[in-house]
Amino acid sequence: MKKLSKGARSDLITYAAVILAFIVVSVLKSNGSLNRSQSGLLVPICCYIVMAVSLNLTVGILGDLSLGHAGFMSVGAFTGVITAMSLMNVIPSVWLRLTLAMIVGAFFAAVIGFLIGIPVLRLTGDYLAIVTLAFGEIIKELITCLLVGVDSEGLHIIFNVSGSKTANDLKLLEGGRVIIKGAQGATGTKTIASFTAGFILVMIALVIVQNLIRSRQGRAIMAVRDNRIAAESVGINVTRYKMMAFVTSAALAGAAGALFGLNYSNLAATKFDFNTSILVLVFVVLGGLGNIWGSIIATVVLYILPEALRGFANYRMLIYAIVLIVVMLATNNPVLKTYREELRAKFSRKDKKEAADT
Amino acid sequence: MTAGSLKNQNPPGIWDAKMPQDVRVRRDPLVPVTRTSFLPERDADKTPILECIDLGITFGGLKAVDNFNVAIGRTEIAGLIGPNGAGKTTIFNLLTKVYQPTHGTILLDGKDIAAMSTAQINRAGIARTFQNIRLFHNQTVLDNVLIGLHNEMEYGMGSAILRLPGYWKAERIARERAMEYLSLFHLEGHAEELAGSLPYGAQRRLEIARALATNPSLLLLDEPAAGMNPSETAELMENIEKIRDTFHIAILLIEHDMSLVMNICEGIVVLNFGRIIAKGTPSDIRANPAVIEAYLGRKGAKTL
Ligand SMILES: Nc1ncnc2c1ncn2[C@@H]1O[C@H](COP(=O)(O)OP(=O)(O)O)[C@@H](O)[C@H]1O
Ligand SMILES: [Mg+2]
Repeated sequence: MKKLSKGARSDLITYAAVILAFIVVSVLKSNGSLNRSQSGLLVPICCYIVMAVSLNLTVGILGDLSLGHAGFMSVGAFTGVITAMSLMNVIPSVWLRLTLAMIVGAFFAAVIGFLIGIPVLRLTGDYLAIVTLAFGEIIKELITCLLVGVDSEGLHIIFNVSGSKTANDLKLLEGGRVIIKGAQGATGTKTIASFTAGFILVMIALVIVQNLIRSRQGRAIMAVRDNRIAAESVGINVTRYKMMAFVTSAALAGAAGALFGLNYSNLAATKFDFNTSILVLVFVVLGGLGNIWGSIIATVVLYILPEALRGFANYRMLIYAIVLIVVMLATNNPVLKTYREELRAKFSRKDKKEAADT
Repeated sequence: MTAGSLKNQNPPGIWDAKMPQDVRVRRDPLVPVTRTSFLPERDADKTPILECIDLGITFGGLKAVDNFNVAIGRTEIAGLIGPNGAGKTTIFNLLTKVYQPTHGTILLDGKDIAAMSTAQINRAGIARTFQNIRLFHNQTVLDNVLIGLHNEMEYGMGSAILRLPGYWKAERIARERAMEYLSLFHLEGHAEELAGSLPYGAQRRLEIARALATNPSLLLLDEPAAGMNPSETAELMENIEKIRDTFHIAILLIEHDMSLVMNICEGIVVLNFGRIIAKGTPSDIRANPAVIEAYLGRKGAKTL
């Protein structure tokens, strides 16, 4: 039998666990075990898992702090909604529209990530944190100024900086639709997102990130993180690999945003604010920097928790804080980490012995 | 110019299954090639792999390196010695563009490298180790060498993500190749350990293996024997000659262990306060009054 490396095995376990979770939840959903508010959480959880996994690529694998990940989600959400809504009469297939929306969302987020990266990724230091923080706030303001509609003539876009214009100024023809209405954000969106689509997106994000990590590109990215001078000394183009990680991360956030945007009939740009960026960062940090399955678990636990704790009223935030600490200890604690390593070593030794016996 | 024929003897790319043959290189006398430089006789009719012309750098008024003129033959083992703070490491940092020279020219295989970045210089043929070891400590020993093989592997991000056949093939060959580099330094048994967990001497050897994996034509070693015990040093000495004989590359090393330098270096450059005070064969250097004076009262004087 071909021996799997430790990393390759943990990748496979992650895929298996995600698939298993999807099957279990799908069964629960179809036999009516989930109430409305519970099944309403499924798509956003998938989106946030993709957000956390992709942010982990920047923060954990590349080792650069980004404080504006929600900004990329926002770009993906609104470009995705515009795409899906304007193609509604052209492409009847929901799946095709959803796929196109996610591709467009990913594309625009990637382009903006690239533009941000050009000046910033050349520099050493925490400039990326500052610039992404500003980007997240700016993109929110810009979208708040946006009026977009579609009619038989195509897209109508007004950039309403003065704040004096309304949707009527779009001058849509008979049968036209307003897609984005300034501060109100996307309104009247036809919600085509589904849990299955969310699951597929999570799997795609996992394949992209995990396969990237275990390639020459991923090793180069981690080399830059661990010792920039040594990485340069073995011929690694630092800016190129920083850009690769950052743009991939932005693109995945854009795709997650598109799915998220198509899950709500009304969605304002203020949803993607600094708090959202920090929330995702908390998922990543608590799940463990560079630890992909840790990001998934932290996201699921911490996203469900506030909902699950509604019954506890006043104690809710207290319990939430305690769980935060427990998750952090469980995923980042050095004692537990060594213990896990030992366990793993024991298992792999057993495997080796078995392999030798056969 | 027969430079082309030698280039063919350089280590073949990663695609060649076999490592190059070990052919003993004889020890040559030095012959003058310009007014200030010497090369081993066998390399004298070829472009030197490295030529520094008036190289210098100033740190806020301090001339850390000044007027550095040196040529190194294509298969030469050369030594750079001098007291602490003489500017030896600074020269390595200039050659690899970690520092930007204030003046002077660096010719690698006859080509000016002024416009190149550190990474481009590595791809052009200079690899190095660091005085204060710079490994990727949290990655495995094998991964460290695989990172050294980065530019020897050719598959794009798409192949990596989709795990196309090109990915599997390149990864398999790179792993085999990395293991060969590791076994050159008796590290193959530690491939899956974290680089940071290796003992000091092994870390130094791993750093050389990683540098060698980038397929250089000039290898710069900054105090490779520092922190090694005498038997490790003796083995290192053999290894350095073996690397030169196997890969037919030039090696420039900084070292305080005089027996190592005197034993394996053909040309030696002595630096003091950023300036060259002597140049020549080991016996020239041993007899040079300026060198003896620079080392006077130092430990080195006794062993010189
Ligand atoms: N980045 C730097 N800034 C200022 N001075 C430096 C820098 N790097 C080296 N120097 C100075 O240059 C001189 C030579 O240092 P170095 O090359 O490390 O000596 P060594 O011969 O021991 O390797 C020392 O005086 C050192 O302080
Ligand atoms: Mg030094």
